[in-house]
Amino acid sequence: MEVLKIATAGSVDDGKSTLIGRLLYDTKSLTDDKLEAIERTSKQKGYDYLDFSLATDGLVAEREQGITIDVAHIYFSTAKKSYIIADTPGHVEYTRNMVTGASTSQAAIILIDARKGVIEQTNRHFFINNLLRVKEVIVAVNKMDLVDFSEEKYNAIKADFEELMSKRDYADQKITFIPISALKGDNVVEKSKNTPWYNGETILEHLESLDLAAVSNVGTPRFPVQYVVRPKTEEFHDFRGFAGKVYGGELSVGDEVVVLPSMTRSKIKNIYFYDKEYQTAPRRSSVTITLEDEVNVSRGDMLVKAEDLPIIDKQLTATVSWMDSDSLITGGKYVVQHGVNKVLAKVDAIEHKVNPDYSGIEENVSTLQMNDIAKVRLKLNKPIFYDQFKDHRTNGSFIIIDSRTHTTAGVGFIN
Amino acid sequence: MWIAYIKENKTVSTLIEEILKPELLDLEKRPKANALEHEAIYIMREVAAQFEKPVLLFSGGKDSITLVRLAQKAFWPAKIPFPLMHIDTGHNFPETIEFRDKLVEELGVELIVRNVQDSIDQGKVVEETGKYASRNMLQTTTLLDAIEEFKFDACIGGARRDEEKARAKERIFSVRDDFGQWDEKNQRPELFDMLNGEIEMGQNVRVFPISNWTELDVWSYIEKENIEIPSIYFAHKRNIFLRDGLIWSAEDGVVFRADDEVVEERMVRFRTVGDMSCTAAVASYADTIEKVVAEIRESKISERGARIDDKRSEAAMEKRKQQGYF
Repeated sequence: MEVLKIATAGSVDDGKSTLIGRLLYDTKSLTDDKLEAIERTSKQKGYDYLDFSLATDGLVAEREQGITIDVAHIYFSTAKKSYIIADTPGHVEYTRNMVTGASTSQAAIILIDARKGVIEQTNRHFFINNLLRVKEVIVAVNKMDLVDFSEEKYNAIKADFEELMSKRDYADQKITFIPISALKGDNVVEKSKNTPWYNGETILEHLESLDLAAVSNVGTPRFPVQYVVRPKTEEFHDFRGFAGKVYGGELSVGDEVVVLPSMTRSKIKNIYFYDKEYQTAPRRSSVTITLEDEVNVSRGDMLVKAEDLPIIDKQLTATVSWMDSDSLITGGKYVVQHGVNKVLAKVDAIEHKVNPDYSGIEENVSTLQMNDIAKVRLKLNKPIFYDQFKDHRTNGSFIIIDSRTHTTAGVGFIN
Repeated sequence: MWIAYIKENKTVSTLIEEILKPELLDLEKRPKANALEHEAIYIMREVAAQFEKPVLLFSGGKDSITLVRLAQKAFWPAKIPFPLMHIDTGHNFPETIEFRDKLVEELGVELIVRNVQDSIDQGKVVEETGKYASRNMLQTTTLLDAIEEFKFDACIGGARRDEEKARAKERIFSVRDDFGQWDEKNQRPELFDMLNGEIEMGQNVRVFPISNWTELDVWSYIEKENIEIPSIYFAHKRNIFLRDGLIWSAEDGVVFRADDEVVEERMVRFRTVGDMSCTAAVASYADTIEKVVAEIRESKISERGARIDDKRSEAAMEKRKQQGYF
């Protein structure tokens, strides 16, 4: 069975949690005890329908306020695929959670309230999913029951959204529009009788039809070394294995590799996964590699194929999404974690701020506040080995850590 | 197979070469199980690399047994580079303890045991009384004391996001303060694969490598890997009594039983093996791993549906977690 990770985005009350609850309910993924709890609580609150959002809104504060304030992960399966949904909050102040949810997803569902249409928040949701290069986006026009399933309303919203699409940076992103009512179940799993004018797929049909190979990000192989395995036992006296995860493409025994940053050349001798040897380590496998030659390799180093070198540099320009309540300041010093490699970084300049609602850029800024997105120039104390984010999602991104509070304060997508 | 080779007219040397050729590491064959396993191994290695004193919290339950296998795989051919620690409530199923000791001996790793009874004797916690008395909550104090005693900076646990609503919000690296508390509204964002393990003095990180696994994923993995688990996970005859629609073990004298609660013998098994005082059994005839997997696949009741501790209130788990519970 394949796994598809999906991020949801929508404003407060657009019905994200209800949509997820509906997906769980219609795919019979809710167990009896969970269903009973939903029925009981819905009745207590005096609702005359089932409140599916209760299935996902996990924190007390969320249930009190009836909103989602943190990313929740929800799991369900059909006969065809397994799904992980990152239910991300819609508030302006929680944009950072949306970026987080989108960073690990291959598909996104953007919800629009049919009564409100495309609003400023929709621009942001689309902007972020486009910035993070999520390959598949479903635009679900929700609450169609409240606009009498009007085709005109739906088409008008679609036209507004298409205007947004013309401004996007990542043009290959595939976008599918679906008119739904999450509360009543129209076009979520079952085709609706209320939308005879809509011939497309339901949300679940569309998710089921997605080809996973096509929505995954493939690039050139990169092997950041996480950990050096040195058993120091009689049996494995001289064993020096480099443990890590393969990104972008596969690596095979006999491949000529270069160790970065030392630029030493060697060949892959063995590929181990647990106690078995393999010829090839595919993309996203966590393996242990040994080399033909005795080479000095430590955590943070990277093995790459000799013919596919990344960019090796001490400075870079990146689109940064700031996530911390302490602002980013020009001249400020931070820790940059690029994969498993950590270096010190100094903010050289903030070139400009990008308004995530597509209203343009702002120049002459010296600080970034939480939820700001900006093009930032960084100087590093040591070179890192990176690709551009558009070519390599993992090797083209990094996080910024505040060295005083140790918190993850921002994320960067390398230009 | 031999016949096939002879038919193809292969020489002995190509034959030997083909047999010795390493097999394909194919992640596409079981894409979900493989993706989860490789992700968990990546997390284990990040723990060993980023922290000075990690520990694996081991309860003897299926989730922590799965963690041990993943740790073995992550560091092979080296031994698991951190100890296991069991917070013993004193109310464990005897089968679990036996199993734990055998496993530790086979692995050759260090096992640390800290007892809730000691925390009670030291007057740090007070034993609950009454019909629903449980030592489950008391574990937290013993755990936090042990973390302080050994200066552990990372505790690996087998919690999964599918278990419970509040757990669905957990990060993979979840930072706890001096008091072991979880600040659920102010969690660090986790982006792509990058795990930030930087902490201040006194803070520690709870690490959940199988965050994205479901109960069925764990069981399927145990089946695929042929991992040994305690016998109480399989259907067996047990003296039980019914209370609030749940099946309670009437053996071992841990659970308080009222006079009108009648004991009878039934075929049951346990889906989780927490503290005996808060773990109910399920009626089952699944006495092999294959049957258990089939049963979970068909089940209409969630795993924690048999955990009495979650039934205390809608927000029971979240409240326990804020206080430092796992």
